[in-house]
Amino acid sequence: MVSIRSIPSTPSSLTPGDLPWIIEHREDRCTLCGRCTAVCPVYAIKLTYMRQRMPRLVLTSNERGSSFRTFVGIRQKTEIANKCIGCGTCAMVCPNSAIKPVPNPMADRFRFQSTVGGEPVKRGGRRNDPAPGLLDKIIFNRISMLTDPALDAGRHEFDFNTLLGRVVSPEEYIRRKTAGEWIPPVREIFPFIIGSMSFGALSPNMWLGLLQGVAYCNEVLGIPVVMATGEGGCPPWVLRSPFLKYIILQIASGYFGWDEIIRAIPDMQCDPAAIEIKYGQGAKPGDGGLLMWFKVSKIIARLRGVPEGVDLPSPPVHQTLYSIEESVMKMIQTMSMAWNFRVPVYPKISGSNSAKSVLNNLVRNPYASGLLIDGIDGGTGAAYNVSMDHMGHPIATNVRDCYLDLCAQGKQNEIPIFAAGGVGKTGNVTQNGMSLIMLGASGVHMGKYIMQAAAGCLGSEQNRCNVCNVGICPKGITSQNPKLYRRLDPDQVAQRVVDTFMAIRTEIKKIMAPLGRSQSLPIGMSDAIGIADESAAERLKIKYVC
Amino acid sequence: MCRLALKTASEPFSPYTVLTAMEAMQEGYDGSGLGLLLRGLQFTDYTYKSADPVLSGIAHSEGALHRLNDFMQDHGFALKHDHEFDADLSKIEAKDRYKYVLRVYRKPVAWEAMSVEQVEYEMMMTRLALRRDGEENGGDLTVFSFWPDVAMIKEVGWPLGLGQALGLDTHRIKSRVCMAQGRQNTNWGINLYACHPFFIQGIATMTNGENTAFIPIKDWLTGKGYPGYVGYQSDSEVFAHILHYVVKQLKLPLEAYKHIITPLKTAELLKHPQGDFLRGLRDACRRLIIDGPNAVIGSLADETCLLVMDAKKMRPATIGGKPGEWAIASEMCGVDAMIPDRDQSLDFQPMRPHTVIVPPDRQEFKIWSQFDQFHLPQAA
Repeated sequence: MVSIRSIPSTPSSLTPGDLPWIIEHREDRCTLCGRCTAVCPVYAIKLTYMRQRMPRLVLTSNERGSSFRTFVGIRQKTEIANKCIGCGTCAMVCPNSAIKPVPNPMADRFRFQSTVGGEPVKRGGRRNDPAPGLLDKIIFNRISMLTDPALDAGRHEFDFNTLLGRVVSPEEYIRRKTAGEWIPPVREIFPFIIGSMSFGALSPNMWLGLLQGVAYCNEVLGIPVVMATGEGGCPPWVLRSPFLKYIILQIASGYFGWDEIIRAIPDMQCDPAAIEIKYGQGAKPGDGGLLMWFKVSKIIARLRGVPEGVDLPSPPVHQTLYSIEESVMKMIQTMSMAWNFRVPVYPKISGSNSAKSVLNNLVRNPYASGLLIDGIDGGTGAAYNVSMDHMGHPIATNVRDCYLDLCAQGKQNEIPIFAAGGVGKTGNVTQNGMSLIMLGASGVHMGKYIMQAAAGCLGSEQNRCNVCNVGICPKGITSQNPKLYRRLDPDQVAQRVVDTFMAIRTEIKKIMAPLGRSQSLPIGMSDAIGIADESAAERLKIKYVC
Repeated sequence: MCRLALKTASEPFSPYTVLTAMEAMQEGYDGSGLGLLLRGLQFTDYTYKSADPVLSGIAHSEGALHRLNDFMQDHGFALKHDHEFDADLSKIEAKDRYKYVLRVYRKPVAWEAMSVEQVEYEMMMTRLALRRDGEENGGDLTVFSFWPDVAMIKEVGWPLGLGQALGLDTHRIKSRVCMAQGRQNTNWGINLYACHPFFIQGIATMTNGENTAFIPIKDWLTGKGYPGYVGYQSDSEVFAHILHYVVKQLKLPLEAYKHIITPLKTAELLKHPQGDFLRGLRDACRRLIIDGPNAVIGSLADETCLLVMDAKKMRPATIGGKPGEWAIASEMCGVDAMIPDRDQSLDFQPMRPHTVIVPPDRQEFKIWSQFDQFHLPQAA
């Protein structure tokens, strides 16, 4: 028996079988080209020399009984920092299908060791919950049959744009119009919005691709898609371009990028689509934005007015504010005034039990243009795992409660509620979005889905990849390293953005037509949806069907 | 599908003539009921003064009728005329009809000091109070309208048969406008309140087709908190309430109704002479956009009649007639039956942007298109 000390076993010693992803490598196929090792974002695989015993039957006594062969092969590293993230980039580049990551079918031991160094796990992505969400279970069941004809999704004209902005009551509208008073600005937009992902979180190529795609949707296809910037400001050339009208500028507690924006106001050719004031986000409720130092490149540092290579954690709250009333009064009014009351300004909050209180304060403020609620399934570029997986409020009940509250006050047309957080999480983006709309949302924001659909983001709810925070995105979507982001061709991203919105547009028609709707987005058409879950139906005040 | 017939004429006529038109259209409806609205009343055995409010409804029991009498008395109404239908209750399908109420009252003295708007409000509140009273007592009192110059009947059964059972063929009661609809709301449970036409403060509409945007519209109207916006046993009731909202609450001209229920698209409004105002109006009234398939036929307190379509024009309706006499029906044969001696080539079927308006003088009908400018005193 050997001594304990001679076995390299520490509390954190792991074997490949203890990791969430195990690399399966077939030596018989491997040509040792080295592509996989070169491309692996976390250096999880290593080329190594290995020795193999070659047993032989020996008849003479002057020879050794066995000989050994030395060969070069691939092995998975088991250090925490190099654990395989399952991104599969190795499989993508292997010319011989000799390597791929497979999810560990057993409960990995890694999760108990992930805090080595005293730092809790931070990552990008969405909540690790691969099961279909509640939204996926909602079905559209008010089908037009005989009593009214179903419409033809392919041939009828459809009008399903939504309104972003404060809409005054009809009585007030007529009064103000007669008196020549200010009417709040309203934008007519596509109800599926590219949610806020900052210039900083996303690579320059990703950002450019999104903007190109959005511009094409608007100017060629007539789909009025808008996209939100996130906290990091906006590239200066965009601020001075006619494309600014497709952009919702976000201001968050770090105020990053706003020096550039304010300076650009006199040179702006058009107004932005809207201003989003971020008070919270679904992925990390009660937490500020976080751009880790890996991603603070020269251009990002310049845009945000900070030194290169430093962590940029935004405070959890806007430091100048201590109450919702003050927030509503100060920020919304100030931002409105900056564009001379021509641009809708709305807050974004994380889903919360207190969403209704926020909403009711907004209802009483004449400048608030809407409310965006981001549910627990929202994604992010960087957050603590514990925030992402366990904190927040599901979006469906939050939106429904808020909508019904507005209905009770007769204000549901005045303050649009936008919903976000896990829209399209399982790929059912239009179904998820339209479900939220029929529960009362005026539109939905989607971020992660766009990264997945338009740029091939590898992340999943099984903790695949999810390394957006450290800037090593193997697809070049969330990296500021030119070597990585040059993998992403902006033209191809733009093409996929357009594909995505064309498909959503067709699917909206395929949902609306059988319901007999074509003239307006069926916001709050709760009689059209049902769910085979009695308690969910009761809670959402929709039909229980089975 | 509902079959609808409206006739308006300068000379009062018997509603029975409209019921015969319903008979002509029988192929298309299930004949499950009748909703009748008469406006511009004339009784053969009573000289009616057109300012006196008329109460229409059904007392289903003697007790309900007593309560009705007490209520009206307590609130200062004096009964001027009680129209006794020559009713043969044995021919009526329902067995709980104690008395068909069609009574002319004199307004309470206290109302004399009130403005026109206040009086109209009080009349609506009286109707709603009686309705509530019926609902609280097991549905033994059904009240359809309480308004000057308007009588309403709603009943379950074959329309022409009901006309005979109620003695309408004796022509003792006539009117200048008659709206008839031949179906109970058989899509849902039968409820007399669910039968068209719907009435609120002098405004009445009837519709064929299903209103697919019903719930969002109902939620919005209910949220206004206006006491008259109740009921909604039928999805079509919202059409009457939207018309009421446009004309009475927003005080917009009748043309605005079409702009609210089926607004033009943004690209079309950009070219419209009143596009700026209409775009804002569309946004403000966005929850009132209907999605059809519907043809809405209506009449106002001043005997103006109208016909509008949903934006896809998925339900038919035709207007035809001659100066002094016009008929609107969901089927062309209905128009034929009501006014056979007309020039059929002048019949008109409105398309997507049209509102057909028959003004009270009934000399000609107006085809107004949404693309045309209209008079907007408030926002001028």
